Amino acid sequence: MIQTRGERTFTVFSAVVMFLLTVFAFLPFLLIVIASFTNETTLIRNGYSFFPEHLSLDAYRYIKSSAYIFIRAYGVSFLVTILGTAIGLLITSMLAYPMSRSDFKYHNLLAFVVFFTMLFSGGIVPSYIMWTQYFHIKNTLWALILPNLLANGFNVLLVRNYFKNNVPLEIIEAAQIDGASELRTFFRIMLPLSMPVMATVGMFMGLAYWNDWINALYFVSKPQLYGIQNLLMQLMSNIQFLNSGQAGNVLGAESVSLPSTAVRMAMAVLGIVPVLFVLPFMQKYLTRGVIIGAVKG
Amino acid sequence: MTAKPKSKPLKKTLPLLILAGPGLLYFLINSYFPMFGVFIAFKDVNYAKGIFGSDWIGFKNFTFLFQTSDAWIMTRNTLLYNLAFIALGTIVSIIIAILMSELLTKLYSKLFMTGLILPNLISMVVLSLLVFAFLNADSGFVNHSILRPLGIPEINWYSEAKYWPYLLVLIQIWKTAGYGSIIYFASIAGIDKSIYESAKIDGAGKLKQIRMITLPLLKPTIIVLVLMSMGRIFNSDFGLFYQVPMNSGALYSTTQTIDTYVYRALMQLNDIGMSAAAGLYQSLVGFALVLTVNAIVKKVNPENALF
Repeated sequence: MIQTRGERTFTVFSAVVMFLLTVFAFLPFLLIVIASFTNETTLIRNGYSFFPEHLSLDAYRYIKSSAYIFIRAYGVSFLVTILGTAIGLLITSMLAYPMSRSDFKYHNLLAFVVFFTMLFSGGIVPSYIMWTQYFHIKNTLWALILPNLLANGFNVLLVRNYFKNNVPLEIIEAAQIDGASELRTFFRIMLPLSMPVMATVGMFMGLAYWNDWINALYFVSKPQLYGIQNLLMQLMSNIQFLNSGQAGNVLGAESVSLPSTAVRMAMAVLGIVPVLFVLPFMQKYLTRGVIIGAVKG
Repeated sequence: MTAKPKSKPLKKTLPLLILAGPGLLYFLINSYFPMFGVFIAFKDVNYAKGIFGSDWIGFKNFTFLFQTSDAWIMTRNTLLYNLAFIALGTIVSIIIAILMSELLTKLYSKLFMTGLILPNLISMVVLSLLVFAFLNADSGFVNHSILRPLGIPEINWYSEAKYWPYLLVLIQIWKTAGYGSIIYFASIAGIDKSIYESAKIDGAGKLKQIRMITLPLLKPTIIVLVLMSMGRIFNSDFGLFYQVPMNSGALYSTTQTIDTYVYRALMQLNDIGMSAAAGLYQSLVGFALVLTVNAIVKKVNPENALF
């Protein structure tokens, strides 16, 4: 395709604007990364800056010195993310499979039951009372896994549509004529043929669990059960929380005070890092169009 | 095939029902039980008497709620913020999508897209810290490195409510516009290139092509996406309005939405009645909105109706 001069100008214009927008999207991250490596006194005296006067590793040294708090929070976050995503993905796909089978008597009924939850909700108060008064999940690990995040209508319909549109009924019928049970058909045929949607939905779930702090806000008051987000939240409102352990004077007697601002920024950086690993996959699956137009029909 | 024909239907449906079981149970507990709990809004909840034993008080919770200025403020804020998010978010997303589809090499568009969806992947807690780095009064980037050198008086961002409508819109667009552009980008990629070729032969420049081809062909997607977000106009992102303004009381007049009110009434004021009433108000109006919007979509473009 030969470009005219006007078109070339427009292409260059697009590239420049997109570059600027990407920089705009990226700058705040750069600012906190730099702040986390900035010397605390510099930070307080000169403010947050992209070009700090004095760099320092104090914040990370501090985190290392009170490592047990951070390791525990990371552990809680990873555990909740892995458990929640695994269980959630399993029950989501197991529910989506019968819904995708047009030869199954109740497939429309199931679809309605799931779909209706996207239209109407009982609200937070009944849900809060149910989980706390009847299931007693307050201050347990289950409080971080069960409420709201385990499965949602959007994901179920997404998987259902993928099953329906990508795995023809004939394959399933052929397997069953060969004597495969429903369970076997599901695990051995349906799932292996549906890896793209499993990866996409798994990614959504994993991100939702990793980034969740609201369940803990409602149901958890024990700091031992805080994941990385809630630890970060607590540090924002009260940096002294770190001192509640033995972490106080590790930086040495002459250290002015704990690098509270830089530590917060370092914590945020540590909270973002795992998400960065998901980013390339996210981009790949999203543009492949697994999502686009999938929640329909 | 030894089973008798009579037992066949059950034999066929039972395994599928078993597969659906755990998921169904979850929806039953997590979504349906609370739906039946909406009656709490009509009770004077007293934990000693239990939920079911508490006294019925009819619509008293609602009359109390709507007598306060809170009800008006949170409804107004929720609606106006959503309208701003929808209008600006759609425009910015479309612009990004059009510019991105102009880039000739795949690599560039991939790189830019990756950069632009990053803000959407971070938690509200991290986002609130990013905002804090810019806005905190003493050492924040805006006060310290922009306003001070320019000689403009510094602003105490977390106690001046009037700035937050602009800030929250900016923050929301920053976070979601890149991600939101993906669906438009995909629609543009699906447009037949030969249409542009013939327009070019007819002498249409780039801008004219965008105005006469791209935008009209995007119209159905735009309409459906806008209408769908209109259905959720009574809901707000709790984290954006609670955590990003640091739960600052001085900002409530411009940051209180229905979701933050429900949380504060329940967890901070221990006013279960008010919280339940506000929650049910949100659910019912939200439900009505979704039904209305769906009816409209059905008229405009039956293919895209939700149900």
